[in-house]
Amino acid sequence: MPVIELQQIEKSYGPVQALKGLSLTVPRGCLYGLLGPNGAGKTTTIRILATLLEPDAGSVKVAGLDALREPRAVRCELGYVAQEVAIDKILTGREMLQLQGDLYHLRPAERDARIADLIDRLGMESWLDRRCGTYSGGMRRRLDLASGLLHKPQLLVLDEPTVGLDIESRSVIWELLRELRLQGTTVLLSSHYLEEVEALADRMAIIDDGRVIAEGTPDQLKQRLGGDRVTLRVREFSNEVEAEQVRQLLEPVDGVRQVVVNRAQGFSLNLVVDGEQVLSRLREQLDAAQLPVFALAQSRPSLDDVYLQATGRTLMDAELAVVGQRDAKQERKSSMR
Amino acid sequence: MTSPVATIPTRATEQGPLADLAQETLALTRRLFLQLVRRPSTLIAGILQPLIWLLLFGALFSNAPEGLLPGGMGYGRFLGAGVIVFTAFSGALNAGLPLMFDREFGFLNRLLVAPLRSRRSIVFASVIYITSLSLLQSLAIIGTSALIGYGWPSAAGLALVMLTLLLLVFAFTALSLGLAFALPGHIELIAVIFVANLPLLFASTALAPLSFMPIWLSWLASLNPLTFAIEPIRAAYAGGPLDLGGVMLEAPYGAVSGYQCLSVLFLLAVGLFLLISPLLNRKLA
Repeated sequence: MPVIELQQIEKSYGPVQALKGLSLTVPRGCLYGLLGPNGAGKTTTIRILATLLEPDAGSVKVAGLDALREPRAVRCELGYVAQEVAIDKILTGREMLQLQGDLYHLRPAERDARIADLIDRLGMESWLDRRCGTYSGGMRRRLDLASGLLHKPQLLVLDEPTVGLDIESRSVIWELLRELRLQGTTVLLSSHYLEEVEALADRMAIIDDGRVIAEGTPDQLKQRLGGDRVTLRVREFSNEVEAEQVRQLLEPVDGVRQVVVNRAQGFSLNLVVDGEQVLSRLREQLDAAQLPVFALAQSRPSLDDVYLQATGRTLMDAELAVVGQRDAKQERKSSMR
Repeated sequence: MTSPVATIPTRATEQGPLADLAQETLALTRRLFLQLVRRPSTLIAGILQPLIWLLLFGALFSNAPEGLLPGGMGYGRFLGAGVIVFTAFSGALNAGLPLMFDREFGFLNRLLVAPLRSRRSIVFASVIYITSLSLLQSLAIIGTSALIGYGWPSAAGLALVMLTLLLLVFAFTALSLGLAFALPGHIELIAVIFVANLPLLFASTALAPLSFMPIWLSWLASLNPLTFAIEPIRAAYAGGPLDLGGVMLEAPYGAVSGYQCLSVLFLLAVGLFLLISPLLNRKLA
């Protein structure tokens, strides 16, 4: 049984339609990545999962429970780490965790044992008894992760957990997420960092403009959407005539989708191919035409290639497109009760 | 399950709903008191301001001719009741501020993600906190006014003072919590508090008796809830036997007894809680 089942979710903020029929299924025990540029609908999706928002249409199931009918039961099963960490600056980290434990109705003894355990796992020993107002971004995020995990939820949902963090905090968080997955906790994280999803996720969905536009394991997505990349140089510096000749020779080869002459790289050839066997077929073809091979390398496409193919723009371009379009103040207001 | 560790339940589901409610309310209240202890300026300002009123305003009219005030009371003692009520009232009016900041900074969302047994515990915690704070501040004023010679009520009188303040604090706490959800931000809330505070004080019997006022103001003052709190407390300070059935306010529309004063405050408190209830239900749904 999947831990998360979202079906045809729609959500609008006034005239802006944030989610346009988003569907998502996350299997149990999976570390699931939600990739998309800012403004794609990741945060809205996660806020709906955390029972902070009700969708305008669609169904939300978490751990087999209907989140719209039994939000309280869902809250017991779910740990939520928000993007903008709201903490009480005047309390110490330990007091924040104790408060959190009480709100989840943990017994004091068990609560304190859990806190001790999380102090160890997240390296919070030296600063947890300081007031939260003095914390760095990384400390805050670790504290927030700890409060999300305090009640041992079967599902942990994180909204851009490592944005703007130092390398050490990021690696501590990555390590913990991997560990959690090994222990059977289902983890859903949103990110607009390709490397993060690539490094962590078992499965992923690409979200763009309020919909899921691609879903699967990172490898599947690359295979399905991107094909493989092959870079070919017949000699170190070729010329236009020869490159064009090779292009015409290779284009009909079975499994070759596209051949592009890269003028900027000494007239090398960039190919998009399907499957592993294409390389040997290319070699045969080149041998038959008695052409030399200076370099021939095959590589998997990156997630960026996948994103590019799915949306027609790179993730970077998508990010740039929404800069200045989003009104942070308005968004904060819309999340206010 | 052989491991002793594994037998500890992850979640205290077998704890009853009431115990859950108590645990979450207590935790939220504890947070507010920790804030108060570490940032005591609210508490201190809340005591200093009425104290300055009492000292300066009390001195302003200390040479007024005797017998001018009802019952031949000195002005300091007359003013004492007004300042005690003003203290509790100002404190209660600020009840919504911490909640408003929690709304604005997203801390409320953190609370709403937790499986609270009832989200009313957020409101309960605010009421418990602000009630204790206001009563504490009022007690400080009661103590100080006794020290500077403005008198001290009897035991029964003190009980009446506390009951009256409690009703008043409940009423204005409800109002303030309602505003904290209804208004868009803390600037608006502070503006409303600022605008409401002094006029309500001046249009009451806190500083002068009804007989000093022009008829329009005496109408306003005898409709003002503060007056219904001030008069029983003033009676408690007057000395002599306490008679709640006796007339405490000679309003333009007729005589008002002590019981009637308390009933008005009680109905106001209940009425305001009923009034904000739909709003709370919607905002905390």
